[in-house]
Amino acid sequence: MTLYTSTVRTAPRRPRVWARLTTTTVYALALPISLLIIWGVWGTIAPGKFFPAPGRIAEAFVKTWIGPAFVTDVVPSLVRLAVAILIAIAVGIAAGTLIGLVRWLRELVEPLMEFFRAIPPPVLIPVFVALLGVTDNMKVIVIAFGSLWPVLLNTVDGVRSTDAVMTETARSFSLTPGQRLFSLVLPAASPRIMAGVRQTLSVALIMMVISEMFFSSSGLGFKIAYFQRNYLIAEMWSGIVLLGLVGILLAVIFTFVERRVLRWYHGIKEVERA
Amino acid sequence: MTLAPPAPVHTSTVVVPRRRRRRSFRAPLLGLLGVIVFLAGWQLVAAAELINPSQLPSATATFARLGTMVSDLEFWRNVGRTMTAWAIGLAIAAVAGILLGGLIGLVPILRRGTHSSIEFLRPIPSVALIPLAILTFGIQMQAALVIIVYACFWQVFVQVLYGVADIDTVARDTARSYGLTRGAQLRSLVLPTALPYIFTGLRLAASVALILAITAEMTILNPGLGNVIIIAASNGNITTVYAVVIVTGALGLIINLVFRAIERRALAWHQSVRGEEIL
Repeated sequence: MTLYTSTVRTAPRRPRVWARLTTTTVYALALPISLLIIWGVWGTIAPGKFFPAPGRIAEAFVKTWIGPAFVTDVVPSLVRLAVAILIAIAVGIAAGTLIGLVRWLRELVEPLMEFFRAIPPPVLIPVFVALLGVTDNMKVIVIAFGSLWPVLLNTVDGVRSTDAVMTETARSFSLTPGQRLFSLVLPAASPRIMAGVRQTLSVALIMMVISEMFFSSSGLGFKIAYFQRNYLIAEMWSGIVLLGLVGILLAVIFTFVERRVLRWYHGIKEVERA
Repeated sequence: MTLAPPAPVHTSTVVVPRRRRRRSFRAPLLGLLGVIVFLAGWQLVAAAELINPSQLPSATATFARLGTMVSDLEFWRNVGRTMTAWAIGLAIAAVAGILLGGLIGLVPILRRGTHSSIEFLRPIPSVALIPLAILTFGIQMQAALVIIVYACFWQVFVQVLYGVADIDTVARDTARSYGLTRGAQLRSLVLPTALPYIFTGLRLAASVALILAITAEMTILNPGLGNVIIIAASNGNITTVYAVVIVTGALGLIINLVFRAIERRALAWHQSVRGEEIL
């Protein structure tokens, strides 16, 4: 069955699709390409000590990261990051839901949570090193613990601000607690939760790099610090580029997941705007 | 660009004064109890030596160390250094973010032309720039500032972009038909719309700036609290590490509270804050 929301039918505009696509691409690529060209020309005319030309960096990128280093440095870092993020999100949502639903518990732990949230996560690294020693598990735990707070606190807020009418309705229809949790509380909190997850991702990435810069002999953070100490400038830049790519990859995954989880929410927003 | 809107929607406007009074006593008491239970648990675990004291000093030992640190002038100098980097970095990022965000957000060609670059640059983690900052500026506050400004800039900038884009179409058309000048539009249409977003951005940036100020001191080793932690940790002086962690947490807490208070004061007229006070 087709649903017509608009009664006005507009003629299909085939021929202009290509024109629009071209302008979009031009707009998207003009600035990055011109910046790269300026950088490239600048780098060849007046080679700065610490700013090699993009060609050199690309060369170093291939030489440094494509090969055994990918398996020994990049993959373990990314696995630790992924595991830590998943732990942080799972624990954050579970604990956040519980704390958000039970009022005495929330009032009990609220000041403590405010304090732990306020601690800049990187200072926890020396503490966890002292408590757990330098192991892979320690790195995962410290990343997870540091990046837990945004998703935890946003879940608490989201669960708390569930619409009162909907809660009453759920009660009147005598939904079981399980039903209420999965078809009311969590969906209602999901926009907030996703906003928290976004912050969690960027904190986790910071924590991954920093934890490897200190107490590690492998991994992305270690490699970049090593290149810098040994004045391997192009290699160092290639590491910065790689970290940037990891950040972008995380952002892309996040946007994809968010679109799916919050499709209904964006739909409502569209309707409200229209 | 996607981000959940910062302002929560409060649909309930029913005021229940009697319950609110009772709760206002209960919440702080329970909160205090929570803190006491946490400290007591810490003390018990440490006193029973479930964990080696060289890994976990007792709560009393940590606070005693904190007491001696507070009476030392050098400690306050380090706090001052950290907070100076925090303040300068935040100020630069705020000014740059608001100006550039306003300019790019208001000019459609600029917004379209920079969209891809912004989406590409924004996810790059600021800590990736630490080696570059060390090489260009050495072990100085400028190196730390590079990182702080980079991280905070995006927080403010993106919020300003959203804020400027959020202008109500009816309000904009009204302003146009009344023939408001550009300046008047900026003052009475753009600014009031974007202000809540700007404050959200500033609040986020303020806590991010502290994180990166201390991260920079830990990695670049320019003097400050982060540096104190690293030196204490490498000397095996674990009590000092715990004490400084508490100090950084307290600083973060103060920053959060102050910025939330400023936001609430400055936006007292705005729906999101008015709504919060009713609850």
